[in-house]
Amino acid sequence: MSELQTFIGDWHALVILVLAGFLPNEIWRMLGLWLGGGIDEEADILVWVRAVATAILAGVIAQILVFPPGALATVPAPLRYGSVLVGLLVFLGFKRSIFAGVLCGELMMVGGKYWLG
Amino acid sequence: MALLPALDSPRWQGTASSFLFGLRSVATTILSAVLFATYVGIGALAHDTHFSLFWAMLSTALIWAGPAQIILLAALGSGATAVQAAIAVGVSGIRLFPMVVSVLPMLRAPTTKKRQLILPSHFIAVTLWVECFRLLPLVPRERRIAFVNGLGCGLVVICLTATWIGYHLAANLPPLFGAAILLLTPLAFLLSTARSCKKLPDVIALVLGLALFPVVSWFNTGVDILISGISAGTIAYGVHRWRRA
Repeated sequence: MSELQTFIGDWHALVILVLAGFLPNEIWRMLGLWLGGGIDEEADILVWVRAVATAILAGVIAQILVFPPGALATVPAPLRYGSVLVGLLVFLGFKRSIFAGVLCGELMMVGGKYWLG
Repeated sequence: MALLPALDSPRWQGTASSFLFGLRSVATTILSAVLFATYVGIGALAHDTHFSLFWAMLSTALIWAGPAQIILLAALGSGATAVQAAIAVGVSGIRLFPMVVSVLPMLRAPTTKKRQLILPSHFIAVTLWVECFRLLPLVPRERRIAFVNGLGCGLVVICLTATWIGYHLAANLPPLFGAAILLLTPLAFLLSTARSCKKLPDVIALVLGLALFPVVSWFNTGVDILISGISAGTIAYGVHRWRRA
């Protein structure tokens, strides 16, 4: 295969990317644009849609931790949960710094995994 | 903090300069670094699941939602059919609907046409959504679309670069660091969502959403995220109504 063919890969996979990745995701943005037109900034329904959006994202976070993909599956569950908990506690205790929280959570996981061998 | 001119400053004149202010704002947020780290993870995952570099970068530009990209990669990588993957992605994408709905009123001016909002709507994902609530009040209303387009383009370029780097790193990383890169995604999403939770219903939705998913997933319905998300969000909204009444 030429370098360009290696870069682009299988066209079949690209069609699946558009049909199974792009379209089912993008449709929600376009529906939001199409249907959300008449809704006021202060509307009560937005409190609900924001809460649902937040909770669905929380579900995705939980899903990655409970059913981890790839190399993350080699990390024991208690260490995965513990690392995220440490990250969250550092974030809350340290001026709500995302950087400090992510760093400490990562150190906890790498340190723990190294210690477990 | 963002170094933006005052709302009535003449420097907001013109679409191009507003676009540039948006583009430059990517440098003022830690979320850019968080996003960078997340997309290094996505690039690495794409390499490990045997997709091409072009596929990985196209998924970043077209899907433009970290969770959906990770779900698609994980599903297709584990041998799921395209239909199963599409359903999982479609369910994860539902959260974009309320994000777009809640950001649009901040973008719209009386003369705004719907087609001008298509590109800003495409850029809406959790990071841009959070940044809109932080930055748009500092931007004159009639310049907000150009500003968001600049911000969105800046973030896409950062993420395309990160996808490219992660893809090339993956071949050379030991498994421990591969796991560390994949942990970046839940950590970064959890903390950036927690930071944007200013009001009680959002905090309840976040905590309940985390707690309910493992319970609902036990029933293995195939739409677990949808069920736990709508339940947790609706309970949070109920608490909000009950406290106000």
